[in-house]
Amino acid sequence: TFFCFHSDIYFFNICLEDCLSSLWKHILHVSDAVDIFLWSDTFQLVSVKLTKAAGQDLEAKELSVVLDGVDASPKCIAFGREVYSLLGFFISVGCWLVGRFFLSNELYTKSGNNQFACIACHPTEDCIATGHADGKIRLWRNFYHKKDYTFSTLHWHHDTVMDLAFSMEGTSLLSGGVESVLVLWHNESNCQKDFLPRLGSAIEYISMSSDGTLCCTLHTDNRITIINSNLRFSKSIQGLIKSRDVKTGLVVDPRTKALVLNGEPGHLQFYCLQSDQQLFSLDIVQRQYIHQAGLNQADLVKVAFSAQGKWLATVEEREEVTDPELQLKLWLYDEETQSFKLNTRINMPHEDHITDMCFREMDELEDDSLILVTAGRDCVFKVWVMVEDTDPEGSVSWSCDFVGSYHNYQATNCCFSEDGSLLAVSFEETVTVWDSITWDLKCTFCHPPGKIRNICFGRLTCSKYLIGATDYGFLCCWNLLSCALEWSAHLNVLVLQPDPLSEHIAAVSWLSKESSLFVFKPNEPRPIYIQRNLCKEKIQLAAFVPRDEPETIVSEKYHWLRRSQLFFLTDTQELMTLSTKSLEERLTPSSKQLAVEESLPVTPFSLLLGKHRRQQSHEDIDLGKQVHNKHKQDSPAVKELLHTPAHVLPSASFLCPIFINSLLISKENKSAEEVADEVEMESEKTEDDSDEERGVTEMEQEDTSAMELLGEMTRKLSKSQEKELRKIRKMDYSWISAF
Amino acid sequence: MGEFEVHRVRFFGLVPAGVRCLACQPRGGRLALARTDGAVEVYNFAANYFQEKVIPGHETRSVEALCWAAGDRLFGAGLSGDITEYDLALLCAARSVDGCGGPIWSMAANSSGTLLAIGCEDGSVKLFQVVPGGIQFERNLDRRKGRILCLSWHPSDTHIAAGSIDFLRVFDVCSGQTVQRIMVNYHVLKVRRECIVWSIAFLSNGTIVTSDSFGRVQFWDWQRGTLMESHTVSTSAVLSLAVSEEEDSIVVGTSTGATYQFQLLPVKMGSLEKRWVRTKPFQHHTHDVRAVAHSSTALISGGLDAQLVIRPLMEKVQKKGYDAALRKFTFPHRRLVSCARKARLLLFQFSQHLELWRLGSTDETGKDGEVLPLCRMPEHLVQLKSKGPEHIYCSCVSPCGSWIAYSTASRFHLYRVQYEGDGVSIKKVPKVPKLLLPAYQLQFSSDSGSLFVASARGSVHVLQLLEPGGCKHLHTFRPPSGSSEAVYLLASSADGHWLAAVGGDWAIHIYDMKCFKVGAGAGGMTPTSLPPWGAGCQWVQRIGPLPVSHCCIPRAGLGMGLWEEMGGGHRWPRLLPSACCPPALQHHSTVPMYNCAVTALAIHPITNNLVIAYSDQQLFEFSIPEKQYTAWSRMVQNCGLHRVWLERDSPITHITFNPKNPSHILLHDTYMFCVLDKSLPLPDNSALLMNQSTLKQLPETARQRQLHAFKICKKFQPLLYADLLDENCLVMVERPIMDIKTQLPLPIQQKKFGT
Repeated sequence: TFFCFHSDIYFFNICLEDCLSSLWKHILHVSDAVDIFLWSDTFQLVSVKLTKAAGQDLEAKELSVVLDGVDASPKCIAFGREVYSLLGFFISVGCWLVGRFFLSNELYTKSGNNQFACIACHPTEDCIATGHADGKIRLWRNFYHKKDYTFSTLHWHHDTVMDLAFSMEGTSLLSGGVESVLVLWHNESNCQKDFLPRLGSAIEYISMSSDGTLCCTLHTDNRITIINSNLRFSKSIQGLIKSRDVKTGLVVDPRTKALVLNGEPGHLQFYCLQSDQQLFSLDIVQRQYIHQAGLNQADLVKVAFSAQGKWLATVEEREEVTDPELQLKLWLYDEETQSFKLNTRINMPHEDHITDMCFREMDELEDDSLILVTAGRDCVFKVWVMVEDTDPEGSVSWSCDFVGSYHNYQATNCCFSEDGSLLAVSFEETVTVWDSITWDLKCTFCHPPGKIRNICFGRLTCSKYLIGATDYGFLCCWNLLSCALEWSAHLNVLVLQPDPLSEHIAAVSWLSKESSLFVFKPNEPRPIYIQRNLCKEKIQLAAFVPRDEPETIVSEKYHWLRRSQLFFLTDTQELMTLSTKSLEERLTPSSKQLAVEESLPVTPFSLLLGKHRRQQSHEDIDLGKQVHNKHKQDSPAVKELLHTPAHVLPSASFLCPIFINSLLISKENKSAEEVADEVEMESEKTEDDSDEERGVTEMEQEDTSAMELLGEMTRKLSKSQEKELRKIRKMDYSWISAF
Repeated sequence: MGEFEVHRVRFFGLVPAGVRCLACQPRGGRLALARTDGAVEVYNFAANYFQEKVIPGHETRSVEALCWAAGDRLFGAGLSGDITEYDLALLCAARSVDGCGGPIWSMAANSSGTLLAIGCEDGSVKLFQVVPGGIQFERNLDRRKGRILCLSWHPSDTHIAAGSIDFLRVFDVCSGQTVQRIMVNYHVLKVRRECIVWSIAFLSNGTIVTSDSFGRVQFWDWQRGTLMESHTVSTSAVLSLAVSEEEDSIVVGTSTGATYQFQLLPVKMGSLEKRWVRTKPFQHHTHDVRAVAHSSTALISGGLDAQLVIRPLMEKVQKKGYDAALRKFTFPHRRLVSCARKARLLLFQFSQHLELWRLGSTDETGKDGEVLPLCRMPEHLVQLKSKGPEHIYCSCVSPCGSWIAYSTASRFHLYRVQYEGDGVSIKKVPKVPKLLLPAYQLQFSSDSGSLFVASARGSVHVLQLLEPGGCKHLHTFRPPSGSSEAVYLLASSADGHWLAAVGGDWAIHIYDMKCFKVGAGAGGMTPTSLPPWGAGCQWVQRIGPLPVSHCCIPRAGLGMGLWEEMGGGHRWPRLLPSACCPPALQHHSTVPMYNCAVTALAIHPITNNLVIAYSDQQLFEFSIPEKQYTAWSRMVQNCGLHRVWLERDSPITHITFNPKNPSHILLHDTYMFCVLDKSLPLPDNSALLMNQSTLKQLPETARQRQLHAFKICKKFQPLLYADLLDENCLVMVERPIMDIKTQLPLPIQQKKFGT
């Protein structure tokens, strides 16, 4: 993933390898003329000569391999003042710095005594800057002589220099690293430097705009910062923050319906799914974070909300091999400040790591029945209750009420039944069920072999069932009334997630390098929905997010998605969802500002990119997949519609059927679409789209265009039209590919 | 139990003096170095940077500037206000001229070496002409207030740039007028602070390079008086600066101990535009780098931490080898320690005093590598202070421990030491013979019966030591062909038969002492200059009542010619018949010349083979009785020594033998101690040279196959002296660098990240 400035407009070049054919891994450098340097799968640097074909199209004809055996990171190659004169790159394994001159076609190799991390070329002079793992920046000069090469050293960073960029005139150099400080070096001098500190997280990439007025940094937490040339912070583009490790799981804040998970180190982020924005970040650890590799720092590991979102419990720990440092904190929502306020801090709530934590969710009951249960690796689970403080203000704090254990096994999971009367705690291979009033052990369940990985109670009509997943690949359902195993299935379940608003339980399995989704009701052993090959990555977490209002889903198959939406987080921290709708319907017009497609200048590169996209789309249709990025330049009517604001249009459901009726022409096309899988997976889509943001805006435009066309039709729908509409809802929107 | 019991001596509290200035001989292969105690040393590039000559210091003679003029003449000037010429053959200050301008801060010679310019405290720049036999004051240049701290001649010799406090000036040499005055001061928030121009260089294109106390290296156009480039290299002062002869590279030294290189590099390939770019930084010193020099292949820096660092420029080095090694010299390449083997005493030589120590002893034995507890602690017996301002040239203790001798520039002292129980009494031997001083090396014979004194012009005096405390001059050996250089190394054989001496011309002469003894005892002798008539063995004797100043044996061996002092400055030539002459057989042979400096030599006690170590790390063995190299030596030359051995960067400073194992040669340099076993095969380049630790892990059979001649131990570092006390007892004198650092003033405080 990398990005670059092009003219005044930035665009993201995310996962180009999917957009272009698989041979071409990355577009590295687009020269002003007609050459593109690409990176192939086989670690070759390829140069493509573009020749002008008829009209606006360009054809890529000549392919020549420039270099072999280059590392696969875009940081290890850089182009000099004239693309054909200098090219610096290194191969990270061997610590070689290679400068190559196209003119003389000679290759000079130099070994450094320290590992290279990044490289940049001076825009006007023959100078290569390299960043090293020891934090030094070396400026190489005179390298076109066999022996007389020389270098000078700049040193400020204490850890690896992650990226380097020269200013447009080459008078200053920008560097960044794990310290999250952008360093501006003047005149290649060790003594003249300026800093822009506190950028939030480690700087991964730095890029300068071609006019030199702006620079932007990409951070490891999935954020882009735009910085003025005078080193003043200008703007930040941020969505879901990527944290080092999502230990808290995916939790839904009952108040805001935001996804809550690890954000910045020691912080909890509240991520709004609708607006793709971070609502706020709550500092839990409240300690200075030191940007240094290999330092054990306190981090948030568990989080739980009470049913109304009034209470928040967090567990933080510092990873120490001998004795972990644990803290349990309870936060009360303060209506005045609209934020959580620390109420109770409990040091060392358990002797060992806390494995699970849950509140008793009893909506109708008062605060004093609120119970928090924590399960620990120190073989006990603890029940925490609120007690009134003795001071006159009558505030409350939390203290331990009950400690339970079972045969000195480690407690791994805990879970309350829906009515809060029963607590299930799993102790390695055994699930124990406790009465939550008397704290008596009611019964135990066991399905040997294998330890219990997940447990949950059924909801609503299925509340008499307890579901458990073992690490030997069994999914078991126990009947709490008969205390017997109702059914079991052989499935390697990684994630077990009950829907809070329905009886459905989602289980994600990991088998032969792919994740599959199974949705079932506990009362019937047969899953109601199976989606195999959900994605290639391992899905680590899942969460049902309740919808504001139930969706009207026609298909029986997707009925379970009616009240909540299911979100997944993979181990590469990609957030995905299952949806029956296309993406554009869910997105608000606020993201319209990202619509840059129209104003993109026509460059050889954009034409080539567009062409490849189109080709890719056609291929995808052949494969029966759904593709939503289309090009509609050839339809002037649709193009015109794009400029009409969405708010002047009548509702889409009103307009759609007639519009579609007027457009549907070919019979065979329609049947083909009906055959197509109706479920639209965002995961697939992100793979399809080289550029998610752009993809989104395009789709939105399509949507508005569809409605715009029918803007003047205001008559009421007849019954037949309604029928028509229902018919159309069944279809997906791949017909637009015809455009 | 280990092979040797080792006395690890760390009580030699030597603190070498800091390096004050450096001067590369123009177009020559030598480097002159002056230390803060006034000592001047000459290093020879061709001889692998061997410390060829040492002129010990003098309390009143500080050296602020050194320069080479008129080829190989070396001049020094200092705060005493004198300009001193050094005699590099006799290794002493030859003559001094008063500069008449107060303390001299700087001195520079013009490119042809005919004129010396000095910068004085009173702000004057004076020119001196270099004439044969001395220097002559020529004239004063325009005098202004402010001491002249640095000087540089334009390569065309028409102008001189002089750096002072807050400004620099350019003089026209012909008119003597100031033609340009450039202010280099520094403003911080309207507060003017004094800016000292520490060093200056005038380039042929009219650029003046200055380094100042604000850590800046600045490039000025002298005609316009404008600043062209300014590089801030340090937060502290840049003290020294040197330009390469091609003027494409500059090295600067700062007071934080870092040195930086500036290079004149083309901005683009093939473009004519060039710019000075700060390139390589080096941090080899801990204290001020007071002096830097730029040879054609290396950057040389010397600091107040007494280190001389030679950092080769890899791009200029033709082949990888000993030229390409980074060298750090802290200790002299001479012996400062002598050992009384039988009495187990060590004599340490400091600049102005000597210390005699008795080694501790232990009665326990232990395993290999074990530290044995001492039953008697080492004991400081005597401290001998040298009187006067002169520093000590050399010293020695006899093997029995009862004689100590040392020499300064003008005096030679011999002491008789007597041990009564725990007490020590020391008595100066009266009436030591008047020898030509100074002595450059002293060596007692192995029976402690005589003392060999290395002297000027290749001569070696032999003194006979008499009980209870006296001595008499026995004889003087001279090389048959004469020599102008001083002898700097001596070696005598254990049986008292042979004596080997090496002079500054690197020729090794071997003298036979058995033959000589027949004619010994003729009377007192006074070595003087060469006889008027040429070659032949020469010595001077008192014959009859008249004092004799010269004598000589003509080549034909007819007899002996001599001058008789008639009194009143008159001399009378006289020829004695050959029957009266001592036998002319003392000179036994000369080892074939080798074009490198001898760093150590020793005669084997049993075979009487002379083992010689050269500064290019070659080893030779010369059989004295057979007057030729031994078979082993030829074999070594044919096979060649191991590459790693040849690439070592410090010379062998001492050689000794183990009488128990005649095939063993024990040698050491600053960083290693080696037992060379002649009975084992030589290692080839593919083998591991330093294989002792790997050998230890191998089983016996595999070990036998891996064995080779070099057994190297690097445990003792830096090693100043190693000797064999008896068959299985070694003494190692170490001087840890950290101990020296604690004796030095605190370095400049620098913030170190993470502390």
